[in-house]
Amino acid sequence: MSDPTLSRSFWHRNQQTLAPWLFLAPGILFFVFYVVYPVFQSFNLSLYEWDGLGAKEYVGLRNYEDLYYEYIDRDAFYTALKNNVIWLFLYLLAIPAGLFIALFLNQTVTGIRLYKSLFFFPFVISQVVVGLVFTWFYDPAFGFLNVFLGWFGAGPINMLGDEKYVTYGVIIAGLWPQTAYCMILYLTGLNAVNPEQIEAGRLDGAKGLRMLWHVVLPQLRPATFIAFVVTIIGALRSFDLISIMTSGGPFGSSRVLAYYMFEVALSEYGFRMGYGAAIAVVLFGIMMVFIAYFLWSMYREEKR
Amino acid sequence: MLAGSAFADGHSKLSGDLVIFSDMSNPAPRAVMEGMVERFEEMHPDLNIQLTVIDREAYKTQIRNFLTADAPDVANWYAANRMRPYVDAGLFEDVSDIWEGTMSEELASTKGAMTLDGKQWGVPYTYYQWGVYYRKDIYEELGLSEPTNWEEFKANCQAVIDSGKKCFTLGSKFLWTAAGWFDYLNMRTNGYQFHADLTGGKIEWTDERVKATFANWKELLDMGAFIDDHTAYSWQESLPFMTNGDAAAILKGNFAVAPLREAGLDDSKLDFHQFPAINGDVELAEDAPTDTFHIPANAQNKDNAKAFLKFVTSAENQTLINAGDALGQLPVNNKSSVDDDKFLQEGFDMLSNNSTGGVAQFFDRDAPAEMAKVAMEGFQEFMVKPDELDRILGKLERARGRIYK
Repeated sequence: MSDPTLSRSFWHRNQQTLAPWLFLAPGILFFVFYVVYPVFQSFNLSLYEWDGLGAKEYVGLRNYEDLYYEYIDRDAFYTALKNNVIWLFLYLLAIPAGLFIALFLNQTVTGIRLYKSLFFFPFVISQVVVGLVFTWFYDPAFGFLNVFLGWFGAGPINMLGDEKYVTYGVIIAGLWPQTAYCMILYLTGLNAVNPEQIEAGRLDGAKGLRMLWHVVLPQLRPATFIAFVVTIIGALRSFDLISIMTSGGPFGSSRVLAYYMFEVALSEYGFRMGYGAAIAVVLFGIMMVFIAYFLWSMYREEKR
Repeated sequence: MLAGSAFADGHSKLSGDLVIFSDMSNPAPRAVMEGMVERFEEMHPDLNIQLTVIDREAYKTQIRNFLTADAPDVANWYAANRMRPYVDAGLFEDVSDIWEGTMSEELASTKGAMTLDGKQWGVPYTYYQWGVYYRKDIYEELGLSEPTNWEEFKANCQAVIDSGKKCFTLGSKFLWTAAGWFDYLNMRTNGYQFHADLTGGKIEWTDERVKATFANWKELLDMGAFIDDHTAYSWQESLPFMTNGDAAAILKGNFAVAPLREAGLDDSKLDFHQFPAINGDVELAEDAPTDTFHIPANAQNKDNAKAFLKFVTSAENQTLINAGDALGQLPVNNKSSVDDDKFLQEGFDMLSNNSTGGVAQFFDRDAPAEMAKVAMEGFQEFMVKPDELDRILGKLERARGRIYK
């Protein structure tokens, strides 16, 4: 009689360990080929000067040097960087706004499903449509915003044509769908809130804000974490609204890094591939800070 | 239908394939392109023509890929410096041989725009004039006439402002419209050669002559000649100010006529005048951008492509495709006849008889793309903050130092 473990093939012996990797293989392959590899390609490309057609010319760190001087001169790169920071902070307003609406909608009233759908609606429609609608809304001559301001004798303001307001105007447009997204995250989170703890809190005399702060919010931590992650990433990769609403203008004052990168590398008057790659690397660096933090805190959660 | 013999060029019957990529994607140009292919096919029944029309904006990025990877036999593009990257990269075929003889005579007006390094790299198929399109009825109401010099130009404008309107509508959101103003003010202040040298990187942006151009511009800005909030509008979005009568004129290419007519301005309300002289010592030069056909260096059927290019520029075809019911622009062949549309006639007359200084392609086609972008942003910023001219020019000068090597 032969040893059963020997007669069975390698596949049969290692099935348990191999199967998950086989399922993951296509995903990993695509991820490595289309995400990880291009990241390193960008690092490499940022050391060259290349117009996308002719030969590449190695220029070392000169593209970064140019970025540095643009920063010193308070030029395009500086504006883009500054706007990215503004985006980052103001976009976070979507989280408390989403929480507020979620708490408001988390009741049992007739037709609440309809209200929830209506509040969620902006996240479903395309960013392009959101951009167009807000562009019309802001139109200095015919837009509703200025008609509205006119009723109070204020305005008109040229929201998208004035360098002082333009970034805020675009961010407000972006907050509309982002708030809806955070709201839906909190609504699902609220479903999982433990009613016994609420009951216990109530017996101890907690209500209103105290109840929210000490009992409900701690239980919403996972939802808050996800909302934070998607909002930060969303703010850093803001691109479509800027492209639709302002094309980075007026005179470049609403650019962010992602849009500036597109402009210098891929748009009609661009094709400085190396320079674009250098901007992308800077943006990648900023994202890395947040991604590292997210990974670290997820790891900590898992360990507990 | 045209007779095939009109285009006889020695080997009248072609066979094999001809692959054409075109950016003529708007309805009227698309019909023109398809019509041309149909007629060429009729002349050469054995020829298998494959036409691909690509969205005009998307085409601008795709051309870089298809010229290297999967080149067609004929492709659309633009004249002057706009074709330089492809000429320098060896992606456009030198077509000087088809220019020899009659073509050089018939297309003399645009030959310069197709020439780089002493060779021709394609053929033009249409061009159009730029100038001031104005509300004739408003001018008549205020007792104004077409200005012939800078003083009259400003006096007219002041009269329009005093009547509670703006002189010019402008949508500078997409930047190139402001470059039209710069081109005209600069060519009237310093002349065509200066325009060519400046866009060619030979002149410093901080030069006194450049500042003189901006000083003239500032006179208009100080008067309040332009509509408010122009940074928020595209040129199309700026047209209602003119059709509503809130602004009296627009500086634009002839393509503005169609939408203005559609918005209700018939020939009793809309008229055209040449941008008047500013500096009497400078000969008048005009912006007249030229659209072109090229043969990629990697094309498979170059002989067929050359025959098509000759067909496109022939006098008969030029008359046909530039007619008012087709492209509605100016033919490049001097043997062609111009449509009897009022604006085309005026434009043709202006370019052939009163543009002694030369014909420019437009700022963003004469200057390298990168410089054009930085400069046009500067023009827009200047229109909003005219007092920061020195800082803006300093920025342009730094860009010049980097871009031209």
